[in-house]
This record gives sequence, C-alpha cells and structure tokens, in this order.
Amino acid sequence: MHPVSIPPSGHRLTDEQVLLRDTVRELADARIAPRAADIDRTGEFPEDIRRLLADHDVLGLPFPAEHGGVGGDLLTVCLAIEQIARACTTSSLILAVQDLGSLPLRLGGSPEQLARWVPPLASGETLICFGLTEAEAGSDAAALRTTAVRDGDDYLINGTKRFITNGSVAGLVTVFAVTNPDAPRHRRLSCFVVEVPTEGFRVARLEHKMGIRGSPTAELELTNVRVPAANRIGEDGDGWTLAMRTFERSRPGIAAQAVGIAQGALDAAVDYARQRKQFGQRIGEFQMIGAMLADMDAQVEAARQLLYTACEVIEAGAPDAARWAAMCKLVAGDTAMRVTTDAVQVFGGYGYVDEFPVERMMRDAKITQLYEGTQQIQRLVIARALLGRGD
Amino acid sequence: MHIVVLTKPVPDPAAAAERLGPDMRLDRAASPAVVNGNDEYALEAALKLVEAHGGEVTLLTMAPPGGADTMRKALAMGATRGVLVTDPALAGACVRSTDEVLAAALRELTFDLVFSGFDTSDGNAGVVGAAIAARLRLPYLSNAAKIEPEPDAGLVRVRRITPTGYDVLEAPMPALVVCTQVLGEPRYPTLKGIMSARSKEIASRSLADLGLDGARVGGAAATTEVLDSRKPPARGATTVVRGSAAEGAAAIVSLLASRRLI
Repeated sequence: MHPVSIPPSGHRLTDEQVLLRDTVRELADARIAPRAADIDRTGEFPEDIRRLLADHDVLGLPFPAEHGGVGGDLLTVCLAIEQIARACTTSSLILAVQDLGSLPLRLGGSPEQLARWVPPLASGETLICFGLTEAEAGSDAAALRTTAVRDGDDYLINGTKRFITNGSVAGLVTVFAVTNPDAPRHRRLSCFVVEVPTEGFRVARLEHKMGIRGSPTAELELTNVRVPAANRIGEDGDGWTLAMRTFERSRPGIAAQAVGIAQGALDAAVDYARQRKQFGQRIGEFQMIGAMLADMDAQVEAARQLLYTACEVIEAGAPDAARWAAMCKLVAGDTAMRVTTDAVQVFGGYGYVDEFPVERMMRDAKITQLYEGTQQIQRLVIARALLGRGD
Repeated sequence: MHIVVLTKPVPDPAAAAERLGPDMRLDRAASPAVVNGNDEYALEAALKLVEAHGGEVTLLTMAPPGGADTMRKALAMGATRGVLVTDPALAGACVRSTDEVLAAALRELTFDLVFSGFDTSDGNAGVVGAAIAARLRLPYLSNAAKIEPEPDAGLVRVRRITPTGYDVLEAPMPALVVCTQVLGEPRYPTLKGIMSARSKEIASRSLADLGLDGARVGGAAATTEVLDSRKPPARGATTVVRGSAAEGAAAIVSLLASRRLI
C-alpha cells in the first residue's frame, strides 16, 4: 500500500486523467518495475516494454485522435511519464522521446505530413528520435555543423549527430541542419524527417552511460543522405524556431520524469525506514531520518505542483511558456538529484549496492539535470525572460 | 451475443479504509470506491467472449449516484454501456432487496448470459447471483472455470469447479453464470478505452422506473440489520528474513523451532 494518499481528481485533474494516471501506475508497478534492475544491468533497450506501452496506447498519448492517437494534453502526457519513471527511468524515456522527437512534426507539420507519419508513431509501431545535438553544438544549438544542401527536389544532408536518445531504434529521425549558412543565427536551420534505414545513414556507436542504461544514446552519421524536400517541416529557415518551441513542450516531460524518479526513491526510502531496525527501533523513528523523509516528501510535491501548473500555463498558450518549461525542469531535476541522493543516505550502505533500486535512481536522476538543456541553460532562459531578452 | 455483467462499487481494498458509519451502514466517504475485484474477472470473461463471438457487454450496477464514476473504469476496460439503478430508498438495502431490484432491471434488458462475480469484497454474501437466477428462472451455472457458449445452438457449456475436479454443465441460454478467478486476470484498460469511456452511455433507473415500491424494497424493507462490527485482531509483529534461499530457510527453521512449532 502506498504510504500516503495520492491526490484524487477535483483539484486540477479530471476523472479521466486520474483513471489514466492510476492505470499507468498499476501497469508500471506490475509489469515495468520488476524489469527495471535487469534493464539497467544489461543495458539493453527494453523491446518488451516498448510493446507493452504500445499495446496499452501509452505511446499514442501525445498524438491527436484523428491520426490514431489518444489526444492527451501536455499534463496528461506528463502524468504518464511520471508514473513510468517512478518504476524505471529508461522505460519512461520511450514515451518522453516519442513525444520529443515528434514535436516538430506536430508543431509545424503539414496535414499530409501528419497523415503520413503520425499513425505508425501513435500505434507505437515506429519510434522517432530528435536529432539536434552535435559534438560541438550542445547548449549552443545554433552552432550546428550538419548541413542540408538543396539538390533539385531533394536535400543532401551531411553531418554527425551525438547523444541522440533512441537513435539506434527509431524508424524516423527529426534532423536539424544548416540550410542557410549566411542567414542570421535564428534563420540558419531547417528541420527534416529522415526515414531510416536509408543510404548514407549510419549508427556510428552507442554511448556507455552512468544511468538510463537501457536507453540507447547514439551517434548518427549522415553522409549524403538524400531527403525529399517534402520531408522538410515548415519553411526553409524555420528549424531554430521549431526547436525552441519543441523545448517549451518537451522540458515538462523531463520534469515529469524527474518527479517520477524522485517519488520512486522516496517510496523506497519510506518502505525501508519502516522496516529497518537499528539500536532496537525502526530507523524512521530517529528524528534525523524522519526529517530527511519529510524534506524529501515536501520537495517532491513542490516540484510536482510546479510541473502541473507549468503544463496548464503552457497548454493555455502563455507568452512566457519557455520560462515555465525551464522553471519546472530546473526545479524537478534538482529535486530528483537531491531526493535520490538522500534516499541512498537513508539506506546507508545498502543504498550503495544494487540489492535496492535507489543507487540506480540516483544515477538516473543525474541525466535530468543535463539533457534537454542543462540546468545552467534553464537558468539562462528564465533570466532572459525576466530581463526581457526573449532569445 | 449479449452479456450483462453485474458490477458493484466497493471500498478500495488497497486503501484499507473501509468502515461503517454511525448508522451501521457503509461510510462511503471514508474510502475511494473501485469495481469489486471478482466482478472484474467476470467482466474480463465477458469481454473475451464477445471478442470471439461478437456482441456487446452491458454493466448492471445498483449503487448510489457516485456508482457511475466507478462504472467508468469498467467501461474503459471495454464494456459497451452501463445501467445504474439508483434510488435514495435503496440505502441500507439487504441481499433480498438487491436481488429483487437487479432481477427487475434485468427484465428490461435483452441478454444471452448474465455474469456475476463469485462474491463482493464488502458484503461477502455471495448469493445475489443465485437469487437472481431463481427469480428469473434462469439456469444457474456456478463456480465457472471455463465458459463456452454456442450461440447458434442457443447453448452454453460451463466447467464448474468441484472439490475434486470439475463438472461440465450444459444449459440453454439465457443463463446466469457465477464466474471465478480461474477464468483469467482482468485486463488493464487501454488509454484509448479510458478516453472513450466518457462518451459511453450510463442509463440511470429509479425504483419507480422499474415498477418497484420503495416501501417494499430497500432500506425500509431490509430483512437483516447490522448490530455490531469489529475489526479482526491485529497481526503480530512481522519478521522479515533477508539473504540467500539457504540462509532464509535456516532462519525460518530456527524461528519455527524456537516457537516449538517443529
């Protein structure tokens, strides 16, 4: 039994959101949590979990119903990511990246493009990844070196993408490339959907990572990859804007993941503090442990409520959506790191070994402070919004 | 084929907050409600049969108006529609009233089969299915481990669990089947199922709609009265044994030996 009550519907969640959240939680507890340690140990992409999420329409959540999706709003998608991440961060990334990778398409795709690519994404048959980052263009995304040169009705794409989550298992890759090298910084990029496998596309290698070990992080080489101009999303030069608008809606997903990881670690720490006895009493009865658990609980709930508010504000079309997205990711990522670290502390030596899940959660938490913009970039975005510089 | 599944909202066993109010009736505000666990097994069996043979599944529930919220999860699992019998006069209804009301509601419906769960986790009477079958003069097939309808022949065959194995029963349809957990684990609702459940019909019926008299059924005519309710005695302290299987076995043997149980 869950040690504390889970907020029912009414305050901000609809009956459907509550039922959906609880269904995903039961699914995650029963079918994903038992696989989490194994996925981490083997470092293999959990194809069985992808199938499970597809069969239950979880991967269809971000997509519109008219193309076979579930039509969930941002908050609903985040509720699902949070519940999966509570059990297994790697598994939650399958949904988070299906959302991230398809966002440029959903934000800027033509009706024909949506009708063509969304149905297999919504059914979960095809995975999509987000190809922006390069070795020399991480936080400074406008510094991309990958180029796309017009060749008749096609573009020829050349370059190397790095740290691409699910890059080796995706059938569609959203690739950002320079099409206008001489244009101002924010008009240099365009965005393309590359259908793989295709000639000239190669998964060069997979990273060996500290956490999210079952999620393949790939280096993708594109050598004269020929893409029809019909695969370009939006107009030539729209790439930067599409990427930034994507982050307004994808960063809350990472915040949801962070809240889920933190809640999973807190639940494990509370269970342990109720069972483990030292000096003749349960360790939770020692004030120092009780205070840690109380702080963890309050921090997780604060991060969660900021996330839910951010989702509502962003969905309502707020002009400072980027600020809200950055704030919830910043707070949730730092909370996940702090709470998982404290969870390991509550477990003592047992927290440091893989007999319990908290060491895995601590390793997984770190990535939420790094990807989809480091915490430093989030602060930059917030500060610029405050000081009135919108870029 | 048309199957009606009897579903009852009960206090969520996971919340462990079930309690009676000062009137010795269930305090429905004390605990969130869920679909009775055994009814979900009956629903799963019904869904599998209509997937194989075609047809529809109707849920039938007698509950306060909030029962509609609980029915949504069962609709999300794949049931076609729901019928909710609700009436203020039904508060405090006993088993005899319950089966009379549900039988009256069933008379309004067309069906080949009625499924009930083995019992409910709050009332535990386990007789409502049998009583409905008796009132409607339906063949009564209890303890079902396997259900094989033959719609063309108008027959249903059921494996009925017995203490030593099982019997194979055959009956004409319509018939009432009491389902067991042997039939298979209930499915999780799909997310599309959840999103579509809100648009599914839940028809509400009052006692007057069913031609029943609130003075003759329901709380005013209850044949039983709850006088007292006690919790079972608390369990003793739990000892958790960690370590390898061999260490665990040794620790358990030593514990049992120390209590002189072995």
